[in-house]
Amino acid sequence: MSLALDIAWSRADFLLQVECEMPSRGITALFGRSGSGKTTVLRCIAGLERVARASVRFNGEVWQDQRRFLPTHRRPLGYVFQESSLFAHLNVRGNLEYGLRRVPAAQRRIGFDQAVRYMGLESLLKHRSDQLSGGQRQRVAIARALLTSPQLLLMDEPLSSLDLASRREILPHLERLRDELSIPIIYVSHEIGEVMRIADHIALLEAGRVRAFGSIHEMLTRPDLPLAHLEEAGSIFDGVIAEHDPRYHLSYVDTAAGRLAISLRAAPVGQPVRVRIDARDVSLALEPPEHTSITNILPGRVMDVTDDRDPAQRLVRIDVGGRPLLARITQRSVVQLAIAPGLALYAQVKSVALMD
Amino acid sequence: MIASFYSPDDLVALWISLKLAAVTVALLLLLCTPLAWWLATTRSRLRVLGEAMAALPLVLPPTVLGFYLLLFLGPYGWGGRLMHHLGLQPLSFSFGGLVIGSMLYSMPFVIQPLQAAFHAVGTRALEVAATLRARPWDRFFTVAVPLARRGFITGSVLAFAHTLGEFGVVLMLGGNIPGRTQTASIVIFNHVEALDYSGAQRLSITLLVACFILLLIVYSANRSRAEVAAVA
Repeated sequence: MSLALDIAWSRADFLLQVECEMPSRGITALFGRSGSGKTTVLRCIAGLERVARASVRFNGEVWQDQRRFLPTHRRPLGYVFQESSLFAHLNVRGNLEYGLRRVPAAQRRIGFDQAVRYMGLESLLKHRSDQLSGGQRQRVAIARALLTSPQLLLMDEPLSSLDLASRREILPHLERLRDELSIPIIYVSHEIGEVMRIADHIALLEAGRVRAFGSIHEMLTRPDLPLAHLEEAGSIFDGVIAEHDPRYHLSYVDTAAGRLAISLRAAPVGQPVRVRIDARDVSLALEPPEHTSITNILPGRVMDVTDDRDPAQRLVRIDVGGRPLLARITQRSVVQLAIAPGLALYAQVKSVALMD
Repeated sequence: MIASFYSPDDLVALWISLKLAAVTVALLLLLCTPLAWWLATTRSRLRVLGEAMAALPLVLPPTVLGFYLLLFLGPYGWGGRLMHHLGLQPLSFSFGGLVIGSMLYSMPFVIQPLQAAFHAVGTRALEVAATLRARPWDRFFTVAVPLARRGFITGSVLAFAHTLGEFGVVLMLGGNIPGRTQTASIVIFNHVEALDYSGAQRLSITLLVACFILLLIVYSANRSRAEVAAVA
């Protein structure tokens, strides 16, 4: 089960050379700067761009190779464009039904009412597209794509044209899609915050090439990649709400790294959540810290120590319960504590943020 | 009442004018839709040539157009000989000939609004339709045509009005045969030549009002949203 790409495309000032195999489950972020070729890759997958030397295979089915080219309308995919793309001559219901009607009844896995409920569109069905806000339009566009019961959902920076409030309105809907419909999503973005929140895998694009591909945990923390050196670099951990402690106004999240305390949440026990730990919020101690105000202390083992952008800083990657945790500490501390690969130590986490 | 206002010849001429305009518009829509689509979407260098040819009737004197059509469609022209081979009468001095002349004469009035409207639809809306499983023809009829609706309205009405008022081409090609090729604008000319100014007045005011109403239709159709946004 995978999406295998082999694309070679050159234009006067741009060379795209992408060879990559992505898992066809979860959310894979195509991450890179603008101009790195993200959108072109997505358009090749969809068949909107017809690149002569390209091969696209989805779950063993050939969408394109040297001899064959399956036109877009025959590929079982959904596409959400960057800017609003609703048909101006149809109202919301007409837009939603456009794709639905063109899928044979036997192949429909997502019903009209279901998609409307998922995206919260019940009250908007009779509206014209120019009566909707940006966030509402994108929700309609996503529901419209879902209604073709796609086996693969392609999203080209679906939130980038929206304000912060609209983004917050849509993100939970995307997470529900991932968790409940199990449709694989390829998600183009240049916003690391967005990617950290929803992606399971990252394909890092640089100047038309896939620099690296891997799980989000690995990609965010690999010291040889730029993501670990971003100002907002950090690690993420997936877990479930384990317990609430109203007395101290805390909730506990069980993750592979151990139990983490976060500010009290209304979320029910057992709900899957993702937390983020910024590298600059992690300090290291050789002994189990006592008499400290830090609540979250995780035992681990140093994987590697690397230079950071700031020569005074070092980036330390620590294995905690099989997951990498990133710490940004001073070079002086690295020397004084003799921090080196293999050393067992304790990571003190000053702040854990729930991603919502 | 109508019969007392217009003479029987006037009525026949008006009917021929209306029929000519209606047939011309219907055939032009069939012919110009694919042409305008091609002009709006092609990247071929032939586009410039196509645009120039489609705009030629705008600037060509109608008598020139009519003259060449007369040569072409007459019994000794290629068109006339082709008709002869098919066992048909030549098209000059016939209603069919008028239709061909009117189509050429009014073609720019259909092509140009359509081309602009198709251009405004752009490629994005059609790409969206493709990702929603619509085949090419399906995309054209369910997305491009409805979004270019104003172009169709404008083109049809302008061509209709333009054909109603056509004079030179009809005179050169149709020859002023009452009941067959004599249109209202030619009857007006005949009335004036015979110094029957009140007769000319009746038909003139009719055409004036008709054309004004048609233009009102065009402008009110284009009023509400001046820019035709393909996707919103």
